[in-house]
Amino acid sequence: MDTVYYLVQNMLPVAIPLLLVALGGMFSERSGIVNIALEGIMLFGAFFGALFVLIVQGSSMNPQTILILGMVIAALSGWIYSLLLSFASVTMKANQVIVGTALNMLIPAVILLFSKMTFNSDGITTNISFYIREIPILSKIPVLGELFFQRTYLTVLIGFVFLIVSTVVLYKTKFGLRLRACGEHPHAADSVGINVYFMRYAGVSLSGILAGIGGFFYAVGITDGNVSGHSGVAGFGFLALAVMIFGQWKPIRILFAAMFFAFLRTLAYSVSLIPFLYNLGINQTYYKMLPYLATMVVLGFTSKKSRAPKAEGIPYDKSQR
Amino acid sequence: MQNRNDPNSKFSFSIQSITHSKGFSALGAALMAIILGLIFGFIVMLVSAPDNAISGFSYVVFGGLSRIGDVFYFATPILMTGLAVGFAFKMGLFNIGASGQYTMGMYFALYVSFMWDLPGGVHWIAAIVAGALGGMLFGLIPGIFKALLNVNEVITSIMFNYIGMYLVDMLIQGNAIMYSSTTTRTRYIPIDAQIPSLGIAGSNVNLGIILAVLIGIILFIVLQKTTFGYELKATGFNKYASDYAGMQGKRNIILTMAIAGGLAGIGGAFAILAPSAIPGSSMTYEPINIIAANGFNGIAVALLGHSHPIGIIFSSIFISHIQRGGTLTSLVGYKPEIIDVVIAVIIYFSAFAIIMNNALAKFVKTRLLKKNVVSDASDPDIKEAE
Repeated sequence: MDTVYYLVQNMLPVAIPLLLVALGGMFSERSGIVNIALEGIMLFGAFFGALFVLIVQGSSMNPQTILILGMVIAALSGWIYSLLLSFASVTMKANQVIVGTALNMLIPAVILLFSKMTFNSDGITTNISFYIREIPILSKIPVLGELFFQRTYLTVLIGFVFLIVSTVVLYKTKFGLRLRACGEHPHAADSVGINVYFMRYAGVSLSGILAGIGGFFYAVGITDGNVSGHSGVAGFGFLALAVMIFGQWKPIRILFAAMFFAFLRTLAYSVSLIPFLYNLGINQTYYKMLPYLATMVVLGFTSKKSRAPKAEGIPYDKSQR
Repeated sequence: MQNRNDPNSKFSFSIQSITHSKGFSALGAALMAIILGLIFGFIVMLVSAPDNAISGFSYVVFGGLSRIGDVFYFATPILMTGLAVGFAFKMGLFNIGASGQYTMGMYFALYVSFMWDLPGGVHWIAAIVAGALGGMLFGLIPGIFKALLNVNEVITSIMFNYIGMYLVDMLIQGNAIMYSSTTTRTRYIPIDAQIPSLGIAGSNVNLGIILAVLIGIILFIVLQKTTFGYELKATGFNKYASDYAGMQGKRNIILTMAIAGGLAGIGGAFAILAPSAIPGSSMTYEPINIIAANGFNGIAVALLGHSHPIGIIFSSIFISHIQRGGTLTSLVGYKPEIIDVVIAVIIYFSAFAIIMNNALAKFVKTRLLKKNVVSDASDPDIKEAE
């Protein structure tokens, strides 16, 4: 049982960034813009979040307050960076995949350049601990308390709040309905007076905010508050895209998909702690490849009946029919 | 709009026929993106260290000229990965997995050069062919997934970047003949497996660049003069129309991805089989779980070259040129990463440079030319014609 607790406790901080970023990708694609820049936006958010933490870590602020403020900074920076994508792909009608790739390439280089010139290192190293040993009261609940409220990060709880908010926004609000319409049939949406350009800007902006937060949570939960231009976010932005496709562009399914990938990854990194797997004597690198291989297999099975938004990837042009 | 009796009208028509050609607009767009990227780089330099900005920038622009051998040497792998991306792009496939294919090609080439005992003249050729096969394997799988299972090739080829990286690093580290654990790098490649050098002093430039340019020209011919190339481009323009015309879309997708993978794999082989300017040594590879940068630079090369094989040849040399210049900027206190920033900005702008150029041309036409016409329009004929 201890192994199960251990796996779940370690899995959740990995699942939450995937969940948030995949939700971000969902908002963007539901509005009709393919957001391949998620990886770059994550790194951008993580960088500014960590920069904020670095600046305030000397003060006597509570670590959890710092985490929330850092999250706000990361969200803002993610939003600003995503504007580059929405400007190019909505206003300038550029190829969304190319712009996304350019944005992904830009950020690691900028971070390396900036960090080498200011700190003489590859990134930002912070020394504050956001780890929560146990949350009062809630951690006393049998089983559930041990699974979700012990040895965890605040990010896990915030992540679930964002999931609920996203689901409500997408399915229960006027805004969500309009957003989905723009991804399925922008001309029909336009004909009933919805501003397609505005909705697409909004969709990409939401994805920027969520991906920025996701990137910061990645730095908090996985790399101990450090951000490096070399390793970046280790392909989590791309994994999140796969999670989103596996989740069929639906919030709750995305949650389960994120859990699935996070579980495989946690397993890969804790093989030596699980006697059964360790005794099998398989090279640990195979386990590290497992999330990516699983993505391939899962996508192979699910993509045939894909529920992708119909108009995604196509720049909206009023004059076209 | 213009006066027909104007003696200049014939002249302006002939210029228009050139400026309105597709190749010219692509070249104009690339130049515009390059200029914007370089300006951005210059601003970054000005902000970070204003005193040396001028000298640093001149290193970026002209520095490569003093090391022309190295420019060609470093252009070789990105020319191949650029072709890999551009070739697939012609069909509307975005082969972001050139890194993984490149890494696999490199491993296959390494394997043949270390583990197979072949006669001198054939060994390096066999290693390059092996590299092509390795890359082909990793292009083939995303191709099959795309064609038969409708999985987006962007996602699969990214996944294969990671799979390839982990797989190759593991295989190399587990092989004592290739890998030296004391230097944590691969050992020096046997002399007869190295690509013959071109003999430019102080540089690693080798036969690879000539082969790469030849491959580019062959691809150009394939695209322009063969049925396969025609079908490929047609599918890129309109998938449904080409299906309707009876072209075998699925077969072509798989074939295109396999060829693209093979090209990237050859790039990996060219990179690792290069001889070194220092006698007795050669290129080595350090397995540290980092995705090969040459694959992503290939994307930049392909986009800048407008996915045209000949354009890619020139753009790879250009990118390599400013990269060499970028490493020289460290002489005046800058970091070579500045070039990665410049390249990323260039791609960002090249994504909509054609649209931007058209908007600019429209602006010039409607505002400036109109003013011209109005100002010298003394006779009412022209006004009426407007």
